[in-house]
Amino acid sequence: MIFDIEYETMPREALEAIQLRRLQATVERAYATVPFYRNGFESAGIKPGDIKTLDDLKHLPFTTKQDLRDNYPFGMFAVPMDNVVRIHASSGTTGKPTVVGYTARDINTWASLMARSLAAGGATRGDIVHNAFGYGLFTGGLGVHYGAEALGASVIPVSGGNTKRQIVIMRDFGPTILTATPSYILHLSEVAEEMGVSFADLKFKFGIFGAEPWSEKMREELERKLHLTAVDIYGLSEVMGPGVSMECHEAKKGLHVFEDHFIPEIIDPVSGETLPYGQAGELVFTSITKEAFPVIRYRTRDITSLNPEPCICGRTHVRMNRVSGRTDDMLIIRGVNVFPSQIESVLMEMEGVEPHYQLVVDRVDNLDILTVNVEVGEHIFSDEVKQLQRLERRISKNIKDYLAVSAQVKLVEPKTITRSEGKAVRVIDNREI
Amino acid sequence: MNVEQISIFLENKSGRIDEVTSTLSEAGVNIRALSLADTSDFGVLRLIVNDSRKAKDALKEKGFTVSETEVLAVEVADRPGGLHSILNVLKQHDINVEYMYAFVQQSGNNAIMIFRFENVDEAAKILTDNGVSIVDGHTLYKM
Repeated sequence: MIFDIEYETMPREALEAIQLRRLQATVERAYATVPFYRNGFESAGIKPGDIKTLDDLKHLPFTTKQDLRDNYPFGMFAVPMDNVVRIHASSGTTGKPTVVGYTARDINTWASLMARSLAAGGATRGDIVHNAFGYGLFTGGLGVHYGAEALGASVIPVSGGNTKRQIVIMRDFGPTILTATPSYILHLSEVAEEMGVSFADLKFKFGIFGAEPWSEKMREELERKLHLTAVDIYGLSEVMGPGVSMECHEAKKGLHVFEDHFIPEIIDPVSGETLPYGQAGELVFTSITKEAFPVIRYRTRDITSLNPEPCICGRTHVRMNRVSGRTDDMLIIRGVNVFPSQIESVLMEMEGVEPHYQLVVDRVDNLDILTVNVEVGEHIFSDEVKQLQRLERRISKNIKDYLAVSAQVKLVEPKTITRSEGKAVRVIDNREI
Repeated sequence: MNVEQISIFLENKSGRIDEVTSTLSEAGVNIRALSLADTSDFGVLRLIVNDSRKAKDALKEKGFTVSETEVLAVEVADRPGGLHSILNVLKQHDINVEYMYAFVQQSGNNAIMIFRFENVDEAAKILTDNGVSIVDGHTLYKM
């Protein structure tokens, strides 16, 4: 179902006209109200009036995570606090958190974009949404919540954690739509198995998974284990939260960016140059309707490409391919680029191996040492040490074959890999360079 | 007649065995025999307990990876050459011992060894045919 037929299927020409008008208004407002943008434009020698076409966007300076941190907490807000009705913040695991604000209209926009997203993912008014995204400063829980209500579905605000109770609710309330991070749901499915609850007996039809990168292999595993159709949702608090782009369940091939609200670009992460459709690079967003926290050319650090081909679902909005990694997650190990998602694919290829892993990089005697910690689940555990060692060697060999990088594989106990807000911490880089 | 053994995956870090023993103690499970095999970064703790089911549930509840294996408890004459004569029978029949360890209690004048074979039933038959006595699970758990 398409929630907003008019905008989601708008002919490109009309869409681009709206984009330009909204972009010009955003740039003008950001320049007038946020010192960071005014200073940035002035250093680059640009005035808001110079934005005459969508193509002129590329002349504007980028905004980075560091810029948001430098303006902690409210320095990037474009409206007085009187007009701000909601504040969210990112986890700040790698520094100060980034703080974002919303006006009442921003909250409505977000709710309607999340309603679009849920509908694209298969949800309808009649559905019950089991929302296992964390509620709190993290945008996942409340984002989905408001969207489900805007759609008219029933939402169970179960949030993250308390897994056994979640499984009981799944069994007793019969929710039909599942929203969560994929790593949490894999964990939950193991607990369900231990409790003797089979997903085959639950009522889920669609699972809307996001807030961390996941792979096509993981989709297969989720669909097989959970007996549902798994679709990808994307978003980040700096741009809005979940619902910046969403995969349609009809095609399951890339996420439609809601272009009437956000303009996506792909850039070369090193040179900053804009790349054409189809080429992989860093995803950059400009918000064009947000009031409290407009972002101009915000560098997401997510690696993906854009696909302009028409989609079978009827939406005219461009699709971004599945995020394949992050510029800051990308590890360069002895000159080889390694993305955690590639290691994940290797693990998923192996019978019985659970995709719970963590990469640890150390530098010993000027040499990079990559260690891959893999959690030992029941399917691969053996009482014989030699079998476990054989498994370690096999994983290591597969990584070497697939990625051309040597890795030490270390088996670790289940649930030892740190999870924050339901997101697994995939990379620990101990190198001091 | 086979004996149920539970195995637990442990990372090689301090306090992990302590977690296992405290979990079993809280669950009121008595450990009858144990052996620990380890490498530089992980270990496998194998236990024979008076109630495998209860032990397994309690450990899983605490998040341990646990598996069950059938092993054989074999009576070994407590004299020079006692163990050798048993291993000799196995060797003659080309049966490989994956690992073995000693059970704490004696059975009469005999010691008891726990054996892990690839094929337990086959090994049990050969040993019995050659006059070696095997202690069955129920007897062993209560010893």
